[in-house]
Amino acid sequence: MRKRDITFRVGGAAGDGVSSTAESFAKISARSGLHSWTYSSYQSVIRGGHVWTQIRGGLDPIYSHGVDPDVVVALNQQTMDVHQGDVVEGGAIVFDVDGTKPDPKKLRGNVRLIGIPLRKKAQTLSQNALMRNTVALGAVVRLFDLDFRHVESAFKDIWGDKKPEIVQQNIEAAKLGATEVDAQGGSLNYALPYTNEPRYLMTGNEAMCLGALAAGVKFLAQYPMTPASSILHWMAAHGPKYGVVVKQVEDELAAMNMTVGAGFAGVRAMTATSGGGFSLMVEALGQAGMTETPLVAILVQRSGPSTGLPTKTEQGDLNLALGAGQGDWPRAILAPRHPEDCFRLTAQAFNLAEIYQTPVILISDLYLGEGFRTVEKFEFNVPIVRGMMAADGGTVKEFRRYLITESGVSPRALPGTKGFQHIAATDEHMESSELISDVLAGLPEHVEERRKMHEKRMRKLEGLRKDTPRPELWGPRNADLTLILWGSTWGAAHEAILRVDESEGVKVNSLEFPTLFPFHVDETEQLLRGVKQTLAIEGNYTGQFTRLLRAETGYKPDHFYGKYDGEPFTWRDIADKILEAVA
Amino acid sequence: MKTAFEMDTYKSEIKPTWCPGCGDFAVLRALQTAIHALQLEPWNVVIVSGIGCSSNLPHFLSTYGFHAIHGRAVAVAEGTKLANPDLHVIVTGGDGDGYGIGVGHFIHAMRRNFDITYIVMNNQIYGLTTGQASPTSEKGMKTKSTPIEGVIENPVDPISLALASGATYVSRTFSGDVKTMADLVKGGIEHHGFSLIDCLSPCVTYNKVNTYDFFRGRVYDLQKEGHDPTDMKAAFAKAIEWPMVQRDRIPLGLFYRNDDMPTYEDLEPALKKGPPVRQPLGVEDPEALMAEFL
Repeated sequence: MRKRDITFRVGGAAGDGVSSTAESFAKISARSGLHSWTYSSYQSVIRGGHVWTQIRGGLDPIYSHGVDPDVVVALNQQTMDVHQGDVVEGGAIVFDVDGTKPDPKKLRGNVRLIGIPLRKKAQTLSQNALMRNTVALGAVVRLFDLDFRHVESAFKDIWGDKKPEIVQQNIEAAKLGATEVDAQGGSLNYALPYTNEPRYLMTGNEAMCLGALAAGVKFLAQYPMTPASSILHWMAAHGPKYGVVVKQVEDELAAMNMTVGAGFAGVRAMTATSGGGFSLMVEALGQAGMTETPLVAILVQRSGPSTGLPTKTEQGDLNLALGAGQGDWPRAILAPRHPEDCFRLTAQAFNLAEIYQTPVILISDLYLGEGFRTVEKFEFNVPIVRGMMAADGGTVKEFRRYLITESGVSPRALPGTKGFQHIAATDEHMESSELISDVLAGLPEHVEERRKMHEKRMRKLEGLRKDTPRPELWGPRNADLTLILWGSTWGAAHEAILRVDESEGVKVNSLEFPTLFPFHVDETEQLLRGVKQTLAIEGNYTGQFTRLLRAETGYKPDHFYGKYDGEPFTWRDIADKILEAVA
Repeated sequence: MKTAFEMDTYKSEIKPTWCPGCGDFAVLRALQTAIHALQLEPWNVVIVSGIGCSSNLPHFLSTYGFHAIHGRAVAVAEGTKLANPDLHVIVTGGDGDGYGIGVGHFIHAMRRNFDITYIVMNNQIYGLTTGQASPTSEKGMKTKSTPIEGVIENPVDPISLALASGATYVSRTFSGDVKTMADLVKGGIEHHGFSLIDCLSPCVTYNKVNTYDFFRGRVYDLQKEGHDPTDMKAAFAKAIEWPMVQRDRIPLGLFYRNDDMPTYEDLEPALKKGPPVRQPLGVEDPEALMAEFL
């Protein structure tokens, strides 16, 4: 079979320039017309340690960063030691002959060792030590027969028009690498027909920013935390042009409370964080539920518990999102699977938050949030629905901010609207927002009033259930096995499904949940009626979604595969579990 | 022609729930007097509070309000102000709310110099939770949570803290003098920048030390003694008089005022287009935006 995709891995120490080399290659891949996907394995350190990134590009749509690389660039000995055995037969390893040594015993068959004096070559052009990466990158571009004009454009992105001499130096350095490959046997001869029609390349976090902009977000308050920080960075650079106030704040308590204040004032407001920050936001999130204030909260999960593995992925915060805040209050939790979901669900989240006047949580993870993927062009003309608003001309005495209605939604009035002054209250309150808590709680009529007010709020869950995306079944109808999954696990699962079908003829499909809460009980039960057996796959230990599924439907999956080692699922992991399950 | 708002326009139907004699009645009256004197449109005023006896205050006025969770009123107010800088945003609360659980937001709001007025009803005790020590309780004071030795930590000095943190209008008043209090609150609302009005507001139920009589015998007016509020060094010197140095003379009035400092809103780039709440939603140049990712 002709090769349809390429996989490249670069590794070194933090500070070696691995990420910029990888980013350049990802751009080159996307600009060559390849569907592209990256995964960066890094550590919580600024210098030293071991970091690596894998970039995969395919002529056809791809679903994961793949497993074994065709080419590895080893920028230090540790990278060689760790990764040399992964290179596929017929692949290549590029390394600096001065200081790095491969171990032929560890290699698979027919792996080409392309030793180049990277540092010495680079020094002929510049004293900048990182230029050696560029020599290596040039070698890789030649190995895959990619077009050098994409190298030039990638470098221009980094250094811009302001430093043409540096761009030129790097192009020269890349050419030195290519020349070395030519001298050592030439390209890998994969002969992929690159279209060279550029594709859009972005991270899940960036896709969320775009979805928020499309929906008209006007406020982001955030405290830096991996892997959510790039939302703050992107919005800080781009937001003001679109009238978005972007505020880095003193802590996540402030982030959530400011978001609540902005939502109350009437703008579309959001915050973003990871599990630790979300834990700090919990009380203020419940405040939004009680005061019926719309907002969107993005939770990009990383490995817990506690500080955990800050640079590693996990799906361990579903329980946190489900249970955030004391007491019961209505919320929606949406779980994007890929950048398209990140865009679409974020835009939709703002509508849901305003229609139901309550927080909407988007739960993503490091693998999706930070990984680069190619996407089709987004449709920015998204519907914008702001929900029930009181218009000018009311009277303070008659306005009931918390009017008890069938839907649970009451007319909302923004500060500045004449005649509708009211207090948004975190204490339990009456329709008028007068407090029940202080001098009325326990009096018979107010016992009843509290019950009615609580039911009014909770009735919003019924509307949210109707308006949120339904579970989806992907793959063949009559499958031997159905995977049950949520979030970024989607990609590796799809690839595993395609591969076990191709190699073993095993028919598998997947049941996926873009909405985690409120749970679509009826639709899920209907979809589960047709399945033979199921394998639930989650990036956590206890099966947080699997338990939710059982609580909501009584259904217990036949098999469970939980992963909590910090690394993302690969198609091979899942294919192995599929074959175990159907054996 | 615009009709003038009556004093009663600003009053709500809800009667205060405070104990008879509570210093907070004076603060409510002073705030109502100040916004009446300024003839603010009640729908353009937002009063944000936290949790505690004093934080019920927004319910007793007929403006917009947000009765937030404990300690977070200032942060909520910052979000509201950024979303709609045209609003007059006033924060009311107690010493536990602002100087204890919420002290982080207090400091950061001041260094940002938001155009927000913060009125703290400082009674040096936790009232609503029935009498525990507060961050401003005097050393040695016996409370439910310090029954043996009394308070053994030093009190927070909000005035010095505000000066050090960058507030541009720093004042202290006393519930025994509503007229002066109203003047200082009015000055704070008019001030373009962060204003702190620390109100010594006795708790008649749980604080038997810092009573009306305690203060009446000790307070003096800074302005009558010729203090220059534009002199920050002099302001610090006055600030540390009480409770840091002695407890016989307690300065009241305007410690510090700086009218030349730009506010956060003045400098925030996104606000140059006008209040975010009135900006159109969506993206007009999706092609250009997507092109950045090619």
